[in-house]
Amino acid sequence: MIDWIQIFSNAAQELISPTTAAYALAALGLAIHFGYTGLLNFGQAGFMALGAYGYAISVLSFGLPVWAAILVGIGASVVFALILGIPTLRLRADYLAIVTIAAAEILRLIFTTNTFEAITGSAQGLNGYKGSFAALNPIPKGTYGFGPFQYNEYDWWLRILGWTVVVLLALLTWLIMRSPWGRVIKGIREDEDAVRALGKNVYSYKMQSLILGGVYGTLAGMIFILPRAVVPANYQTSLTFFVYAILLLGGAATILGPIVGSMIFWVLLSFFSGFISRAVEAGWLPFMTQVQAGQLRFILVGVAIMLIVIFRPQGIFGNKKELAFVK
Amino acid sequence: MSSEVTPTSKPVKTTGLHIGEAEPGCRKVDPILIADGVTRTFGGLKAVDVDHVEIPRGAITALIGPNGAGKTTFFNLLTGFDKPDTGKWEFDGRSLAHVPAYRVARMGLIRTFQLTKALGLLSVLDNMKLGAKDQSGENLFRAMFPFLWRKQEEEIESKAVELLTRFKLDAKQTDYAASLSGGQRKLLEMARALMSDPTLVMLDEPMAGVNPALTQSLLDHILDLKSQGMTVLFVEHDMHMVRHIADWVVVMAEGRIVAEGDPYTVMENPAVIDAYLGAHHDSDLGVTDTEHVEAIKELIDDEQ
Repeated sequence: MIDWIQIFSNAAQELISPTTAAYALAALGLAIHFGYTGLLNFGQAGFMALGAYGYAISVLSFGLPVWAAILVGIGASVVFALILGIPTLRLRADYLAIVTIAAAEILRLIFTTNTFEAITGSAQGLNGYKGSFAALNPIPKGTYGFGPFQYNEYDWWLRILGWTVVVLLALLTWLIMRSPWGRVIKGIREDEDAVRALGKNVYSYKMQSLILGGVYGTLAGMIFILPRAVVPANYQTSLTFFVYAILLLGGAATILGPIVGSMIFWVLLSFFSGFISRAVEAGWLPFMTQVQAGQLRFILVGVAIMLIVIFRPQGIFGNKKELAFVK
Repeated sequence: MSSEVTPTSKPVKTTGLHIGEAEPGCRKVDPILIADGVTRTFGGLKAVDVDHVEIPRGAITALIGPNGAGKTTFFNLLTGFDKPDTGKWEFDGRSLAHVPAYRVARMGLIRTFQLTKALGLLSVLDNMKLGAKDQSGENLFRAMFPFLWRKQEEEIESKAVELLTRFKLDAKQTDYAASLSGGQRKLLEMARALMSDPTLVMLDEPMAGVNPALTQSLLDHILDLKSQGMTVLFVEHDMHMVRHIADWVVVMAEGRIVAEGDPYTVMENPAVIDAYLGAHHDSDLGVTDTEHVEAIKELIDDEQ
């Protein structure tokens, strides 16, 4: 028989997992790029990889403290955003899309290549960088929690910190998007020539947006590696598209959308994965092996997202009125 | 269509703008915009080739010419939206050559577009507020602290509401700009341009696609700009409107300035008639010149 309690409690755990927080943060960065500014950044995986490697390499190879490692990651993503933005932000939107998708792949391949194995760990990746982060943990040793949410002190520390960063940056995004700065950014999304004709330096605003959203992606990359190891295969283009799926699920130009979208995405993924693997075990799906079952969850999540996009194209938090004017 | 509209009042024309003969490139008493040797080619086509032109200050100048004459390209060059191959031009004594579009706008030269660019998914009020210049809250770091820009924001909002009331759009201020009609978008674009208190307003075909009922109100708004001390340069095809409100007319054809003058005499200029109907329109079929000129005048003159 299927252990439904187990399936649901596993799914519920994804609600507050650090991975969910990381995806929410990366999607929030994309909301700034795509939802508010209209920049088609297909390289969010690259920004996340810079955060992950920037942090891990700083700690492992240079022995930097946590705060310095975070700053190195942020610095690397600012430089990355400048390299992407300087040649492309003067051009049409699609050029940025092409350049970002290629640049993110270049980064991933550089991290994978054997040439830099001493620093990047090549395809095996990196681990053993969590010591200094765990040392900052003020929570005493032990297991805490209730119901399905039972974790040790490190896991709680990670969850609290990850979601604090998400909440703070969501508040910051909300603040700046209702300011005159946000008005210019949204104006650029609608028609950048009109905004230029009103005396705004469109190029500079697009660059600011690219850097800001990229830094969100970088911080997401750091949260993403704290419960696991750094593995270059995690930063494939599909990561960017999962983040896009989360963004569209929640609503592209919203603050809560990316966060709730990420929760729904991960809860659904965990639910389907648990359900299918148990169903195969119980012999409900005799035509299927466990390995095939592992892939089917992505198909089911894809179907679920398609249904949401078809029946609620503005996303969960999007404004229905906006769609009335989409060309 | 426009001939059925009766003007609410006869606009006061500004005269005595030029020095010497009214000919292409003639000097003005007080020019606000001077262009010298501006050329722009697209492949083999010389779209704009202006030797010298001066736009008089405090007056309404119309830029007319047949389709493809280079009027919009010339507009784009003057406002920094396109880069010329050669030439220099200055606005209010400051050189505009190689100045990017947003800086041109900050100097006080604001333009509108032939195809209106209302920012669809912004509210009408936000569209207006975007037009105000020197907003401290437009800096990313100050934007995070609302107390730094709230006071200025309130001033901008009251100014925006005032302008919207003047343009009769105040009832629409919370609607998306995308929900406005074509004519209302033209009004919004003009009102938005005024948010920055420009000294020179450049309107690219303000009447295109506007129904006759709105035409008169748009005309009045343009005349209003002049009475408030602004200079207006506009591109237009509607000759009735040009005659009605323009103080000075510059005629372009095939990229060059072919005639200048006040709106009544310039229409009689043979160069203008050539520009609209071709240089050899009167040299065939054995019909006498005068008949043709009469026919042409009737064609251009839709007023009487």
